[in-house]
Amino acid sequence: MKPAPFVYHAPADVQETLELLAELGPEAKVLAGGQSLVPVLNMRLASPAHLVDINRVAGLDEVTVEPGGVRVGALVRHAHLLSHSAARTAQPLLRQALRWVAHPVIRNRGTTVGSIVHADPAGEMPAVLALTDGHVLLRSVHGDREVPASSFFVGPMECCATADELAVEAVFGRFPPGTRTGFSEIARRHGDYALAGVALALRLGDDGSVTSARASFVSLTEVPDVLDLTDAVAGATAADLPGLAGRVEEVVGGHVDPVDDIHASADYRRHLAVVQTHRLLDRLTAGEDADGTVRLPDAPTDQEVTA
Amino acid sequence: MSTRSVGAPVQRREDPRLVRGDGRYLDDLGHDALAAAFVRSPHAHARIVDIDVTGAIDVDGVVAVWTWEDLQATGTAADPLPMLLPHPSIEHPVTTYALARERVHHVGQAIVMVVARDRYVAEDAAQRVRVHYDVLPAVVGVEAARAAEHLVHEEAPGNVGAYFEQHLGDAPGRIAAAPHVLELDLDIERSACMPMEGKGILARWDAEEHRLKVHASTQTSTGLRAALAAKLGLSLSAVEVVAPDVGGGFGVKINHPWPEDVAVAAAAMRLRATVKWVEDRREHFISSAHERQQLQHVRVGFDDDGRILGLEVQLWHDHGAYLPYGVIVPLNTATHIPGPYRMRNFSVTFTSLYTNTVIVTPYRGAGRPQAAYLMERTMDAVARTLGKDRAQVRAVNFVQPEEMPWDLGMVLQDGRMGVYDSGDFPASLDKLKALVGWDDFEAYRAQARAEGRQVGIGMACYVEGTGAGPYEGGHIEIETGGRVNVSTGLTTQGQGHQTVFAQIVADELGVKVEDVHVTTGDTRRMAYSVGTWGSRGAVMSGNALLLTARKVKERALQIAADALEANPDDLEIVDGIVQVKGAPTTQIPLPMVAVLANPLRYAFDETARAATQFGGKVDESKPPVADAEHPGLEDSEFFSPVRTTFANGMHAAVVETDPDTAEITVLRYCVVHDCGPMLNPMIVEGQVHGGVAQGIGGALYERLAYDGDGQLLNASFMDFLMPFATEVPHIETDHLETPSPLNPLGIKGAGEAGTIPTSAAIAAAVEDAEGIPITRMPISPTDLWRLRREHAADHHPEEK
Repeated sequence: MKPAPFVYHAPADVQETLELLAELGPEAKVLAGGQSLVPVLNMRLASPAHLVDINRVAGLDEVTVEPGGVRVGALVRHAHLLSHSAARTAQPLLRQALRWVAHPVIRNRGTTVGSIVHADPAGEMPAVLALTDGHVLLRSVHGDREVPASSFFVGPMECCATADELAVEAVFGRFPPGTRTGFSEIARRHGDYALAGVALALRLGDDGSVTSARASFVSLTEVPDVLDLTDAVAGATAADLPGLAGRVEEVVGGHVDPVDDIHASADYRRHLAVVQTHRLLDRLTAGEDADGTVRLPDAPTDQEVTA
Repeated sequence: MSTRSVGAPVQRREDPRLVRGDGRYLDDLGHDALAAAFVRSPHAHARIVDIDVTGAIDVDGVVAVWTWEDLQATGTAADPLPMLLPHPSIEHPVTTYALARERVHHVGQAIVMVVARDRYVAEDAAQRVRVHYDVLPAVVGVEAARAAEHLVHEEAPGNVGAYFEQHLGDAPGRIAAAPHVLELDLDIERSACMPMEGKGILARWDAEEHRLKVHASTQTSTGLRAALAAKLGLSLSAVEVVAPDVGGGFGVKINHPWPEDVAVAAAAMRLRATVKWVEDRREHFISSAHERQQLQHVRVGFDDDGRILGLEVQLWHDHGAYLPYGVIVPLNTATHIPGPYRMRNFSVTFTSLYTNTVIVTPYRGAGRPQAAYLMERTMDAVARTLGKDRAQVRAVNFVQPEEMPWDLGMVLQDGRMGVYDSGDFPASLDKLKALVGWDDFEAYRAQARAEGRQVGIGMACYVEGTGAGPYEGGHIEIETGGRVNVSTGLTTQGQGHQTVFAQIVADELGVKVEDVHVTTGDTRRMAYSVGTWGSRGAVMSGNALLLTARKVKERALQIAADALEANPDDLEIVDGIVQVKGAPTTQIPLPMVAVLANPLRYAFDETARAATQFGGKVDESKPPVADAEHPGLEDSEFFSPVRTTFANGMHAAVVETDPDTAEITVLRYCVVHDCGPMLNPMIVEGQVHGGVAQGIGGALYERLAYDGDGQLLNASFMDFLMPFATEVPHIETDHLETPSPLNPLGIKGAGEAGTIPTSAAIAAAVEDAEGIPITRMPISPTDLWRLRREHAADHHPEEK
C-alpha cells in the first residue's frame, strides 16, 4: 500500500498549474483533497508519473454567492461549503446533500469540485450540480470553457475535462423562489456510499398543486441525468400522490439503471429509488412551514451532531 | 487492610499512554530496518510455471529477492509450515510453505519476498516480478467443496480435511419416537477478526550475540519463538520474541508461524540484518485468516412442552486452503451446541473442507457463534412449531443449578471432558427477561404497529468453555525501591491486562496498584506460556499471578518476621508496609524486606544501608541463603486447571425493520453475562460491548464476498462493512456472578462473550419482526427485501 514513484509538483498559482498540466499532459494527475486519489495511488490502481498538488494555489478556496449561482472554488472543502450560510440559503440542496458526503474527517479535506471531477456515480455532488443546472469552469493555457453539467459527465468516473485543463470552479445554479428541495439517501452504514440516493426539486402552484418536479439520482445512473417528473405528477396535491404511485414508479424505475454489486441487487436499488422519490414528494408537497421556508427531509440528527 | 481493588472498576492504566499516541506498535519499531514486501498470487488455484525476478533485482535499493528455493539454505524453512494442533479427526492435513512451492491455493498466497531499503522500493520491485501461472479451477464455498468436482489438494479426496463424529445416547432412536420432529438447514457466512493493526514482524539478527531478536504482533510470543527456532535451525536460547503493544488480535494472531514470519526471520538471519514486514490492509484481507462459514443440518425431536428429546446435527465447515491450526473451530461448534440445555441424546458430525480461499482459524468465539446460532435457531423453530413462548421453551430445557457440576458427556477441543462447573441459567433468563422487558413486548409491538413501524424481539443463550489450560505462569519480583515487577507470558492486545493483573497482585501482596508494573508476552521475562486465546487470559494468568503473589508474600512475611522477631502469622502487609496486626508501629517496609531477601555485601542505596539495623543474630550453622531458597524477593508459580471453566450468557435484541426499504435497525441490545466474580466490572463491560459490536457486524454487515473464481471482491474497509459507532446501539448489561470452583479466583472468561450469540439473537429478532424464517446470516437489507418477495410469492402465488 505504497504508491509507485511519482514526481511531485506544488505550483503556487493557477498560471503555473496550467503550464505544468500543458507540459505534463496525461502523465499528470491533479491532487486537491486527495480523498479518492490517494487511496487509488496507494493501492497502485493508478500510477501517474506526476502529481500536481494545487493546495498551495491561491484564490481557489472561495465560495461566492451570486444571483446566478453559488461559485465554489477548486480548493473549497465539503465542510467549508456545508457550513457556508449564504451558500445554503441560496441553494438549500447543497447543505441537504453535503451532509451525506462521507464522514466529517473526509469532508474536512475532500473538495466539492474534486468530487465532481471524479464523476463517481455514487457521488452526491455531481447529482446536485446536475439538478441545479450548474456548470464547471475548465481552464487551460488555451483559455476557459464553461461546461454545463448535462455535458460535463461523460460516463462512470469520467468527465469531459482534458489532461491540460484544471477545473477551477463549479457553479451551482439557484432555483426560483418557492422551490422546495430535498435529498434522501440510503447507505449500508452512516457515511457509506449510497445504495441509492435521490435529489428532488419541486415547485407548487398557488393552489398547492405540483407545477414542476425534477430529480437526479446517486448510485442509480451512470451519469447524473436529470429526470423531469413533471408530467407524472403535475397538478397533484399531497392528497393525490398515493394515487400516482404507479406512475412515479414507472417513470423513476424506467429512468434509473442500477447494477448488481456485493452490497445490493439492481432490483433493490431501483426499489429504493422509487421509495425515496415517493417519500420526498410526500414531504415536499406537504412540508411548508408558516414562514414560507421548507421543512426539509434531512439526514438523521446524529449526523447533525457529528457534522 | 488495604482497600481491595479486585472487583472495583479501576481505570485502565494502559489507556493514558495508548490514547495519547505513546503506544509502541510494531510499525513504531525498527525505523532503520530493511522492509519486506511479498508478491502474492492473483489466482485462487494455479500451478506456478515460472518466476522471473530479474526486473526486481535491478531496482535500486533492493537487497534480496527470494523464492521458495532460497529458503532451502536455512534450517527447515523450506519445509511445509507446521500443523499446530493435530487431532484424530484430521484425515488429510495440508499446510503451506513460507513461500509457495509449485502451486498456489488461494488469492493472496505469498510467492516471492522482496527485501529492500524501504517498503516503497520493496513494493516497486515486487511489481516487477513476473510469475507465469497455469490457472486451475477454483473451489469456492462449502457446496462446491462438497461436490468435489475439482480438488483443492490432490492428496485430499473429496476436499475433506477432517471428519468428526460424537454421539451421546441414542439421538436417532429418540427422534424417531418423538411427538414432533423438525429439520432445519442453516447457513452462516464468513467474517474476519480485522484488528486495527494487522500482523507484522521485526526480526533482527544480532551477529555479536548470535541471537535472533524478534518483535511480533502476535498472540503468542512463546509459540512463535519455538516455531522460529525450529524452522530456522536455531537453539531455543538463541531466539527471543517480544510482543510490543498489539493493536488488536481477536484470534487471527494466534496462528503461528505465519509464512511471512518464517521468510522475514530467515532473511534477517541470512542477510545479518534487521528486516521488517508490516501487513497492510489488503494483505490482511487476502492472506491472513477468516472464520465462521458453515452449512448446518439439524434434525430435532421434541415433546409438547418443547423439551428436546433428541438432536442430530451435521456440519460442513469451510476451513480454506490449508489447515495449520487444526480443527479447533468446528470442534468448538460441535461441542458447544448443547449450550445451557440438557442434551442426553445428541449426535454431531462435521466435515471440514478445503476450499481455494483464505485459511480459517479462530475469530473471537471460535466456532461457538455457529453453535449458538444452530441451537438457538432450533429453539425458536421448536417454539414456533408449538406456538409457545420462546423463553419458556428454553427454560424447560435448561440444566438446573442444582445439577451442577453437569457432565456434558463430551470431549472438548482441549481433549478433556466437558463439565459445566457453575451457572444458574433460570436466574440468568429471569434477569434477561426483566432487562429487556420480554413479557411486555407485545404491548410495545402493538404501539409500534399503530405508528406504522414493524419491530421484533429475539433472544439467544450460550455456554462457553473458557480458560482452557494447559497452563500459564507468573513471575513477581519486588525491587528494593518498592517497585513490583510482574510478568506473565501470554500477550496483550487491548484486554487491560496491565490493570487487572496489577489489581490481583496488589491486593494479594498488600501494595498499591500504582506500584505494580505488568509485562506480558516477553520471552526474555517468562519463557513458558501458551498464549492469549479462548477467553483465558484472566483465568489462567490471573490465577497464576495470584498463586505467585501468595508465594512471594509468604516469603516476605517470613523474612519480615525474622527481622521483627515476630510470628509470620501475626503480620500483615498494608500499602507496602509489613506490620504486626494490631500493633502497626512494629513494622518494616516491603522494599527493606526485599533488601534482606538478597544478602548482598554492598550497601548500594539508602534502603540497603538502613536494612543493616535488621541484621539480627547470625546463625553460624546455616548458609546466608537457606537450602531450597534463592536470593531476592521474587518467585514464579504456574496455574494449571483440571479442566475448562464454563461461562455463560443470554442476549436479547430488539430490532426495527423498515416496511418499505427493508433497512434493519437494532433498537436495543441487552446482555446478561456470568463470568463469575468480576475482577474489574468496567473491563468486563468493555469486553462485552466490543464483542457485541463485532457480533452485530457479523450479523448485519460483514461478509467476505468471494466470486466463483476465488477473488475476494471486498478486500478493503470501503467494501467490507464493519459497523461504525453509529450502527451499534447502546448495550444494556446485567451480570450474574456464580463462582467457578475450578480456580482460586473463582472466575470464568469474558473475552468472547459478547460475540457468541449475537447473530442468533438478531436473526431471531428479524424473524419475529417479519414473520419470515431467517436461516442464513448475515442478513442485509437487500437480502431481507428479496426474502420478503420470495415469501410473498410463496404465500400469494397469484401475485408472482
